[in-house]
Amino acid sequence: MNIFVQQFINFLQLGSIYALNAISFSMVYGIAGLVNFAHGSFFGISMYVLFFISTLLFQLIESTWIVYVIALIGASIVTSLVAVIVEKAAYSPLKNAPKIAVVVSSVGAGMALEYLILNIWGSKAKRMPDLIPNVTFKIADINVPLFKIMIVVIAIVTMIVLTLVIKKTKLGTAMRAVSQDRVAAGFMGIATNRVVSMSFVFGAVLATIAASLYGTAYTIFAYNVGENIIWWSFIAAVLGGIGSIGGSVVGGFIIAGISILAPIVLPVSSYKDIVAFAVLIIVLLVKPTGLLGKKSIEKI
Amino acid sequence: MKQRNAKNTITLNLIVVAVFFAVLIVIKETGIIASSTLLILQYIGIYSIFALGINMVNGYLGVFSLSHAGFMAIGAYSAALSTRYFFMAEWMFPVALIFGGAVAMLVGLLVAIPSFKAKGDYLAIITLGFSLIVQSILQNVRFVGASKGMNNIAKYTNIYWVFAFLLLAIFIVSRFVNSKYGRSLKAIREDQTASMLVSVDVRRNKTIAFGVSAFLIGISGGLISHLLGYTSPSAYGFTNIVDGLVMVYLGGMGSILGSIFGAATWQALVQLLKDLGTWRWVVGGGLLCLIMVIRPKGIFGYMEIKDLIRTAKERLNDRKQGGNTNE
Repeated sequence: MNIFVQQFINFLQLGSIYALNAISFSMVYGIAGLVNFAHGSFFGISMYVLFFISTLLFQLIESTWIVYVIALIGASIVTSLVAVIVEKAAYSPLKNAPKIAVVVSSVGAGMALEYLILNIWGSKAKRMPDLIPNVTFKIADINVPLFKIMIVVIAIVTMIVLTLVIKKTKLGTAMRAVSQDRVAAGFMGIATNRVVSMSFVFGAVLATIAASLYGTAYTIFAYNVGENIIWWSFIAAVLGGIGSIGGSVVGGFIIAGISILAPIVLPVSSYKDIVAFAVLIIVLLVKPTGLLGKKSIEKI
Repeated sequence: MKQRNAKNTITLNLIVVAVFFAVLIVIKETGIIASSTLLILQYIGIYSIFALGINMVNGYLGVFSLSHAGFMAIGAYSAALSTRYFFMAEWMFPVALIFGGAVAMLVGLLVAIPSFKAKGDYLAIITLGFSLIVQSILQNVRFVGASKGMNNIAKYTNIYWVFAFLLLAIFIVSRFVNSKYGRSLKAIREDQTASMLVSVDVRRNKTIAFGVSAFLIGISGGLISHLLGYTSPSAYGFTNIVDGLVMVYLGGMGSILGSIFGAATWQALVQLLKDLGTWRWVVGGGLLCLIMVIRPKGIFGYMEIKDLIRTAKERLNDRKQGGNTNE
């Protein structure tokens, strides 16, 4: 029973991280209409800036919460700046080019950024300081660390805030309009370029929050941290139906469930990738737009 | 008249091939160029075959597929296994390569099935899944060395085999593209629904395209494993997928010349920037962005040598006529 609950908490933790990442991936896809292969590098940059600011601040300030908030804000600003610069330099000029050109450009940008991190901070693995106080609760004989609960809480709060922003604010309405039809939205007086840039900022901020959660949960990371996590988030986003927030959450939790369950059920733990992909391929063959994706009808 | 033309082009091609191989023999046997340059040339040749294979599906058929790493792994492993157990003699090396290509092709026919229904990014993720499943299986099967991979593969690859198979690949692709099937592929690329309405068999054509593509990629895999003398699953992951995409889209989609040029540029760049250490990936990534911004269709997108000559001639004529009117 104890192990079951522990694993369930691990599942919630991993699911929240994947879901947040999938949403940030999906935001950019839905609004800017491109698969952003540089997103993993944005995640990596957030990770390193968080690490840099928090280790610096822990020498001055003792309260973990204050450090966490300051580091989060600082990292969000830096990552957003990088994201907007990449968008202006590598994506925006290709607005009218074939879609694939932007994908290749994003591959290039992602590679350049990832190795920039390597050259700035070195290839040695880093250890993220505890961003959330290291306290353990005892609920009915089960040890639950505070950070595991906080990860789930922070992820849920972020998702609720994001949904409210998209549903209620003017910017959110503009974003939804642009994701439906960019040209028509432009005719209605929406500054589409600015909205697309804003989607990158949103994506960067979400990636930063996800990075802070990932750093808290797994502490050790290296320059290529973004690569792996971002592929799984991409897969989660596609599985749920890319471009939809609910879909990303569902996809994130399915992928997390597979990664937690597979090592228990299967004899060889590394077969979990095969299972995850098999599920993905079966889902896409049955429902080619993902679980919660909308069906698009092609016009001739 | 037409027949004589065809005969002339065949003899012309044969002469070009003969001269090409004469040059190869001279540079290899006399040792004019350093062995490291020879190695780079072999890499360029192998990755040109690889890029041509990717171009079949991603360029001519216009489907965004990421299955090439899986095909390359299958080709590399089956060719390596066959030279170890069946085709051990060196003269049987081409048989082993074609065997590797054929195994990859059989798998390619299966991978074509999802492409009937899924589209765009969803198909990309399915094919990515295929590549990673192949990698994951190879990492777990003891028989092929699990994650350590296979060592002590006979080093049969030399520059003659590389370029002989490159010429074969060019021949296959150019014949294919100018045939009935190639034209149907272009029709599917431009508009799948419309081409179905004019009774193009979309399923059959997609299957054939995937099969030929996997065959070529499999051969390039066999060549690379026999060049290095070892092969391991880690070589067929994300980096391989990205490398392939870069070479094809850099050179230009739907163009034989583009594939070769893209492979040559990227391999030369990777080798020449070696002195920069890890900075080379920063420079390489930045250059890739820059090239895409300047030429979004790739350097030779949908263009061959004859198209280049024609546009150059047209421009020259325009200039001449412009000069005349001014007088």
